[in-house]
Amino acid sequence: MYIALVMVLVVVGSILFHILSPWRATPIASNWGFIDDTMGLTFLVTGAGFVAVILFMAYCLYRFSHQPGRRAAYEPENQKLEAWLGIVTTIAVIILLAPGLLVWGQFITVPKDAMEIEAVGVQWNWSFRLPGADNQLGSSDVRYIDSANALGLSPADPKGQDDLLVTAGELHLPLGKPVKVLLRSIDVLHDFYVPEIRAKMDLVPGIVTYFWFTPTKIGEYEILCAAYCGTGHPQMRGKMIVESEADFEAWRTAQQTFEQSRKSDAGRDKRASAQ
Amino acid sequence: MSVMGLFFIFIFTVAILWLARQGVMESPWLEEGEVAHYRRAAGAEPPPATKVALAIFLAVAGCLFSLLAAAFFMRGDAPDWQMPPIPGVLWFNTFLLAASSVALQAALVAARRADVERVKTALLIGAATAGFFLIGQMWAWRELIELKFFASSNAANAFFYLLTGVHALHLVGGLVALARTTDKVRNATRITKELTTSVELCAIYWHFLLFVWLLMFAMLIGWADGFGVICRRLLS
Amino acid sequence: MTDASVPQNVAPPPAEVEDVELYHAHSWITKYVFCQDAKVIAIQYAGTAITVGILALVLSWVIRLQLAFPGAIPFIDAQVYYQSVTMHGMIMVVYMLTAIFLGGFGNYLIPLMVGARDMVFPYVNMLSYWVYLIATLVLVASYFFPGGPTGAGWTLYPPQSILTGTPGHEWGIILMLASLILFIIGFTMGGLNYVVTVLQARTRGMTLMRMPLTVWGIFAAAVMALLAFPGLFVACVMLLLDRTLGTSFFVPSIVELGEHKEYVGGSPILFQHLFWFFGHPEVYIVALPAFGIVSDLISVHARKNIFGYRMMVWAIIAIGVLSMVVWGHHMYVSGMDPWFGFFFAVTTLAIAVPTALKVYNWVLTLWHADIHFTTPMLFALGFLVTFVNGGITGLYLGNVIVDVPLSATLFVVAHFHMVMGIAPVLVIFGAIYHWYPKITGRMMDERLGKIHFWITFLGAYAIFFPMHYLGVLGMPRRFYEMGETAFVPASATTLNIFITITALAVGFAQSIFFYNLFKSLKYGAPAGGNPWRAASLEWQTPETPPGHGNWGKQLPVVYRWPYGYSVPGAPEDYLPQNAPPVRGERSP
Repeated sequence: MYIALVMVLVVVGSILFHILSPWRATPIASNWGFIDDTMGLTFLVTGAGFVAVILFMAYCLYRFSHQPGRRAAYEPENQKLEAWLGIVTTIAVIILLAPGLLVWGQFITVPKDAMEIEAVGVQWNWSFRLPGADNQLGSSDVRYIDSANALGLSPADPKGQDDLLVTAGELHLPLGKPVKVLLRSIDVLHDFYVPEIRAKMDLVPGIVTYFWFTPTKIGEYEILCAAYCGTGHPQMRGKMIVESEADFEAWRTAQQTFEQSRKSDAGRDKRASAQ
Repeated sequence: MSVMGLFFIFIFTVAILWLARQGVMESPWLEEGEVAHYRRAAGAEPPPATKVALAIFLAVAGCLFSLLAAAFFMRGDAPDWQMPPIPGVLWFNTFLLAASSVALQAALVAARRADVERVKTALLIGAATAGFFLIGQMWAWRELIELKFFASSNAANAFFYLLTGVHALHLVGGLVALARTTDKVRNATRITKELTTSVELCAIYWHFLLFVWLLMFAMLIGWADGFGVICRRLLS
Repeated sequence: MTDASVPQNVAPPPAEVEDVELYHAHSWITKYVFCQDAKVIAIQYAGTAITVGILALVLSWVIRLQLAFPGAIPFIDAQVYYQSVTMHGMIMVVYMLTAIFLGGFGNYLIPLMVGARDMVFPYVNMLSYWVYLIATLVLVASYFFPGGPTGAGWTLYPPQSILTGTPGHEWGIILMLASLILFIIGFTMGGLNYVVTVLQARTRGMTLMRMPLTVWGIFAAAVMALLAFPGLFVACVMLLLDRTLGTSFFVPSIVELGEHKEYVGGSPILFQHLFWFFGHPEVYIVALPAFGIVSDLISVHARKNIFGYRMMVWAIIAIGVLSMVVWGHHMYVSGMDPWFGFFFAVTTLAIAVPTALKVYNWVLTLWHADIHFTTPMLFALGFLVTFVNGGITGLYLGNVIVDVPLSATLFVVAHFHMVMGIAPVLVIFGAIYHWYPKITGRMMDERLGKIHFWITFLGAYAIFFPMHYLGVLGMPRRFYEMGETAFVPASATTLNIFITITALAVGFAQSIFFYNLFKSLKYGAPAGGNPWRAASLEWQTPETPPGHGNWGKQLPVVYRWPYGYSVPGAPEDYLPQNAPPVRGERSP
């Protein structure tokens, strides 16, 4: 008796916790509302399954607990019932899967007009690169990395000379424009993670990965690393600032290009050797 | 990954056919009694446990080599991949291993005919050729190292050492079993059923290792490049 | 249909299965230390697994204390924290759960349940244990080497795991890989034994479809483990070569802390494929034996045959096959070709169907049953709740797009602890309470058992259920400290403190279990041969605890399936598998 009651309380408690919990998903700030919707749908379907199964179990515990003289029914199987349960479960799974796959299809199809930017992870901070006037990012390779070229841009590639380098870990993005984030790591695995935009993706050394999103809310967001990258992992933070197109342009023009950064470095070296 | 796909299709087909024959579709509660359901056709002796164990071990080893092959093809995509030159001695080694396999098959045939002397000779030839194969493999390693194709200088070299090394270790294990069998046969005056099984197990294992070696050799000399391309095309 | 050719009420013919040449122990050492009897090996396996399991439990307290009170505990720094996370995960998954289900329960129960005298290859079986023991010792030894154990996370992802930014990169990682390689070699010896014993040593009349689901679960898990562990083996060998010889299997050209490394062209994702090729089946290697055992516990203590036995067997097979092709769902955001996402999402959610059918059949077994609320039954019920809860959160993570925001958050941690941590551990406890009388001849204390159950079940649920919500909030896993983070409210810390206190309490409550375990050894009520009045073969041994060779002079002959409970017309509410059919008995 009391056991059935406890099981019911577990179910009721879980539901109450869900309703009353102050720990909810962060307010969404990107176009990936569909992800939240799919998750909501998953919650409804699976939650109903959980409640149904455990309540049924609790009823059985209450109704069929041992009493002197009781004898269990003999029923090896009931193929019809099992087939029905199988069909219902399959339908439920399809209900979860179909929208999930549709949204995944969108997730991996980058809009043609998306602005390409690059996020580079290194133990333990974030750097960014935006295309310059030519709207193209130059090629890069780990081999080119040295103290004056932290992101390893190819010095010979003309496309890369006007690329804007952002090494302060603060990325600005214009509101409402789709962004394709190219991800590059120069040491270990990292993961570009901003909870508010829902999307995330690993940075894998040796290859360039990507994902895309459209910022839909002006604000300041924290960039975390979501792939364990050594003892400094939790300290690997960056800032993503979503602002109006005009503010973004103003910020963009203030950034240093690759060419400039090399010149200023060379100048500093010269000064250093002169002293 | 396609390698693993093929491997699993094979393994699961065997497993599911076997299960079906064992009556997994039946309703056990409807059947009572003992003999009625003692599923072993009269006269057909069950295979010895060691043989079943070997079959399962071959599945495990097959899985291991398939995974290595899958890794070989996946890693081989990278632009830095540069296969080392293949030492000519490998052709001779292939011949040795094939000869070893043939010798053990001959030993099995002789054992079934209860010809003790021939079994002894065939086993010794088999062991000797396998031993020379191992020496030949070491020779090939030495040659590559002398030419400065180190494991650390290119992943293709590393795979060469890894694949041949894992294969050689399996063969060393086989040689231990073969030595024990040879020892038993040496002291035997006539061939018992048990000895025949021993010889048979060695022969099966040798054929398996020869088969693996042939596929591996094809991969190393690049005959399997086409397969890698097909894999990539299937996946994209 | 009773076979007409068998005369009724006549002593059964002698068993046809040839008697194995039995190993005889000559001294104390060969009887208890280097022993080849599967039952002793089972105890050795379980004892070792539980011992390292306790170490891993203590490590989980280190993790929890740090998460609730960051910086307040003097001896916990980032290094210790990541080392604890790594060792806790690896020990629990591989050295505890895998070893106890297959090495412990597999060794004890397979021969008894299929009516064999011992494992088919007892010597190999003994070797298997000793190699396992050496593997655990190598692992634990890493605490005594410079740099300590590796802190690479239990997934050991390169390049991180072999670089200097990771604790234990000097020796810890090498010992970890060596230990895993040893474990796999040892396991392969054991696994061959389990599979061949089930295939070859079943007694007369024991068809595959007359095996208890426990044997089915362990058998399927052993087959899967044999096919999955080579993935880990290959990954470990190649990673070890990358670390020691400087090969470039997994590590591309990188610049680590300003220094160009020698590596070139390696693929970190290749390692992830190999690792999860093992890693996902591993979940079911742990789950399938638990499924099997829980089926038997429910059936025995509800005095009712397991509902839909055939479906249960087919589901085990289907899960076993499918689980080999779902590994990519751990890699949805790993940067692998995103088109794989479609394939792995479909296979992953497909596996939910046979799993759900198993759950339905467990609860349907309770319908019109005669439920005895013994301690093993309570643990089985606890398993049902935690498994269903953990199973449905798997539907979130398997559905590729829903996984994107949740991956690498505490939601994942909560999910896998619920489904492959708490659920199987509850089954292990239930199974120990259930089979303890057979192993020792004495009952465990029911009152203490129930107290242990309620604390463990409700406590564990209270630990991991709320944790999901921290994951939904977006709190990432593997964070040594959250620090100042805008989206994390202060109340999250309160919840973390609650979880930690509960975890400590539940951990300490396990001492009730150990007290019960050792006290009952001497003071437990004598159990008799079959205290639960169970039908399966292991309860029908002539001696309790079963002697060497299990069956006395003659092997048992099996006449029916192991779920003959409450059969109409039968005098008792159970029909042992080896009781000869009598006239008048119902034969539908």
